[in-house]
Amino acid sequence: MPLNTEPILLNLGPHHPSTHGVFRLRLIMDGEIIEDAEPVMGYMHRGSEKLAEERTYTQIITLTDRLDWLSGMSNNLAYVRTVEKLSDVEVPERAQYIRVISVELMRIASHCMALGFLINDLGAFATPLMYMFREREKILDLLEMLCGARITFSYMRIGGISHDLPEEFLPALRDFVDQMPKHIDEYDELLTKNEIIQTRAKGQGLLSAQNAVDFGVTGPNLRASGVKWDLRKSDPYEVYDRFEFDIPVGDHGDNYDRYWVRLQEMRESLKIISQAMEQIPGGLTRANVPFFVHPPAGEAYSHIEAPKGHLGFYIVSDGTISPWRCKIRSPSFINLGALASMIIGSKLADVVVTFGSLDTILGEVDR
Amino acid sequence: MSNEIISFFNTFLSTSQSEAMATFVGIFFLINFVIIIVAFMTLLERRLLGRLQNRIGPNRTGPNGLLQPFADVIKLLTKEDIVIPAADRWPFNIAPLLALMPALSVWIVIPFAPTWILADLDIGILFVIAITGVSVIGVFMSGWASANKFALLGSMRSVASIISYEVPMILAIIAVVLLVGSMSMQQIVLFQSIPLVLVQPASFVIFLLAIVAELNRSPFDIVEAESEIIAGYHTEYTGMKFATFFLAEYTAALAWSAVVVTLFLSGWRIPFVQADIHPFIDGLVFLIKTIFVFCIFVWFRGTWPRLRIDQILGFSWKVLFPIATLNLVITAIEVLVFNDVFAVAEGETLPTIALVAMGLINIAIFIVVGIALNKFIKPIDQEPQSYPVTREGMTL
Amino acid sequence: MTSFYGLGALKGLIVTLRYLFRKPFTVEYPDEKLVPNPRFRGNSFVWYEDRCTGNGACAKACPLGIIRIVTHPTSRPDIGNLYAIDRFDIDTGRCMFCALCIEACPYDAVFMGNDFERATKTRDGLVIHKEDLVTGAKLPTQQFRPQLEAMEYKGEEELDQHEAGRWSL
Repeated sequence: MPLNTEPILLNLGPHHPSTHGVFRLRLIMDGEIIEDAEPVMGYMHRGSEKLAEERTYTQIITLTDRLDWLSGMSNNLAYVRTVEKLSDVEVPERAQYIRVISVELMRIASHCMALGFLINDLGAFATPLMYMFREREKILDLLEMLCGARITFSYMRIGGISHDLPEEFLPALRDFVDQMPKHIDEYDELLTKNEIIQTRAKGQGLLSAQNAVDFGVTGPNLRASGVKWDLRKSDPYEVYDRFEFDIPVGDHGDNYDRYWVRLQEMRESLKIISQAMEQIPGGLTRANVPFFVHPPAGEAYSHIEAPKGHLGFYIVSDGTISPWRCKIRSPSFINLGALASMIIGSKLADVVVTFGSLDTILGEVDR
Repeated sequence: MSNEIISFFNTFLSTSQSEAMATFVGIFFLINFVIIIVAFMTLLERRLLGRLQNRIGPNRTGPNGLLQPFADVIKLLTKEDIVIPAADRWPFNIAPLLALMPALSVWIVIPFAPTWILADLDIGILFVIAITGVSVIGVFMSGWASANKFALLGSMRSVASIISYEVPMILAIIAVVLLVGSMSMQQIVLFQSIPLVLVQPASFVIFLLAIVAELNRSPFDIVEAESEIIAGYHTEYTGMKFATFFLAEYTAALAWSAVVVTLFLSGWRIPFVQADIHPFIDGLVFLIKTIFVFCIFVWFRGTWPRLRIDQILGFSWKVLFPIATLNLVITAIEVLVFNDVFAVAEGETLPTIALVAMGLINIAIFIVVGIALNKFIKPIDQEPQSYPVTREGMTL
Repeated sequence: MTSFYGLGALKGLIVTLRYLFRKPFTVEYPDEKLVPNPRFRGNSFVWYEDRCTGNGACAKACPLGIIRIVTHPTSRPDIGNLYAIDRFDIDTGRCMFCALCIEACPYDAVFMGNDFERATKTRDGLVIHKEDLVTGAKLPTQQFRPQLEAMEYKGEEELDQHEAGRWSL
């Protein structure tokens, strides 16, 4: 006798513990197997792009802090670089080094959170998350030393940075760089070789290199799929061409590779930081730019390798103190486009893991 | 102990009435004792998880947070009791009790000390298995009645995993029963001149893993997988009904810890000390062992992520079930041979030296089988089972 | 496979077990307070009335427009003609503590404070009025104030207007 069954429609979110914010996934399921998925976005729309049209160029820096709240420094940098490109400002070298250090610290902090929440989605009761929070806390202490804030930094300024390094920063950073590899080894011991994580994450949430490129996926997610593409190498900005570091690349593009690539990137970021500490020159940290910037009429696009992927800003200026249009190319939003294709056919338990492994921040998705 | 209570009631009641009253008093004390211990177990779990996670854990309520369980209860009692309109009222309301009842009933046959046992049933361990099988009905009822898809998924998962894990669990228990020659819990404890974990290591490991799955604790906590299906079957429960589920879960965890201690860790006996000293000391030893086993569950929870449902069921049927069957066969042969070799008369048990020998043989087999299995386990299949990306399949 | 299957998971157990015997990283907040960094952008402001000229640079720099200044022209025998400040309200309920107002102030009149315990029961309670600023603790932070950094001022003792500014009035 054929059973008269029908698919279940399940709304995963917007209020669900593992949607990392307010994201809704309409799933059509046959039992626990996903037949169809539709991401619904926009629950966190705050109109950052429109607000930018009402702010002066300096004030927009505070808006960028809130796009991807786990990596405020990178957002600052991406925006500030676009305005510098637009108004043709030369940034002092010391400022560029400090920018690189702070952005790489931010990358480690962001990856810590990405991995912690990924393992949390896998079902570990917050233990790796707590360990990673501890490391992030140390990074936030360092960044607080720089600019006085822990999440919403507003540290970068057009033509440089707001504060020079305080005296005690470099020794503290040196301590951190010395300690951090031990902690990463500890994560390795706790997680990488763990059979449960391997069983859960390997072969799930597959994203082939071709699909990743087609969907416009960037960042660690793209590299996990086997495409060696990192703007720090491919299109060096700031002083990245002066450092030696590797780009970790995954083989399969599954959840485990996305985990592994992020873990390795933390090590590479530490390499960059310790090189930057050695090379950092003296001098000014801010070019002579007025508080109210008037870029010439025109347009500019600039992108950086943010922890989540390519973060780009496209700004059209009409010569006044605020931009005519500010478009944000946010990596999380574009990476999320590939989600539906990655989860169809897998089980409900793997949906949250795949979503977690994409490292999506909803503030950046909905802007 | 019970005789004194009966004679106390005999002063003003008939014999049958006073026996009933004595049983009632026993149950009353047992339930209250267990629930208070369980309340503190929740605190212990939270403190322990806190320390495992490099933080402190709840310690603000009372000295060292000792009043935290009471604060939790007061909070849950004063919460609004919501029954959603779409819910099936009767099953929805009964389910928490159905989940709690079996967890408390298990304690009837648990021997705390030589004389401290509410009912030394001949079929003690069978009773435990039978009565805990009922709890799944409560879970399934709540999931069905909640009119919530997450709850339904959770309860479905619960049924699947409990059915699968009862098989290896019972096979592991049978090995012990075969060795002891009795299903009475008290007899099993009295038999253990050395803890049975040393004699039956495979049974112990299988049993421990099976009860972790039975209790829905990490790494088999798919039933309440927070990151997937929110809270599973009790998603829609609030206030005291939620608390009842919570209590049921922890009572069951503690009850199964007690069963582990009884079956494998020589119950109230202090290892390598033959005589029972005093019921209080025996009870204390039993409690400490039980809490230790409970802490192992917490340790698992604090370390491991969870498996997926198909992996959990596969682990039960493909790994635990064959090993448990093999273990049962080996144990049967061993019991037969050892009874012959040591010329054990009818009604007597194996001498300690026989158990030691058996333990050595079993540990050797355990290690050999483990190494052999390791050869057979392939690394996780890395070949992508790629899902084609088509526009047609999506409602974008 | 070289290693024993399941060994990775057991190693993880040992990692967490080690933490059981370590000192927790967290601190118990109300009993034990972490010292914020000298540049800390706290939840409060420090304002020196005599340094303020009422030019409203801070109000213009504020991205949210939450600083309200009302002035009237007057004169004082010791200084001369100036704008007297009638109102200087900062609505910290909407403030995001970006410190752009501090950066904009050319006369070092307004500073970030290092207080972070300003919870109130009403939204109105979060508005810092001029009177609160005048009577409030004068514990500025080094945010955008290099002279405090040069003094190595860490926010221990209160500073008066002559010590805090780059030049005295």
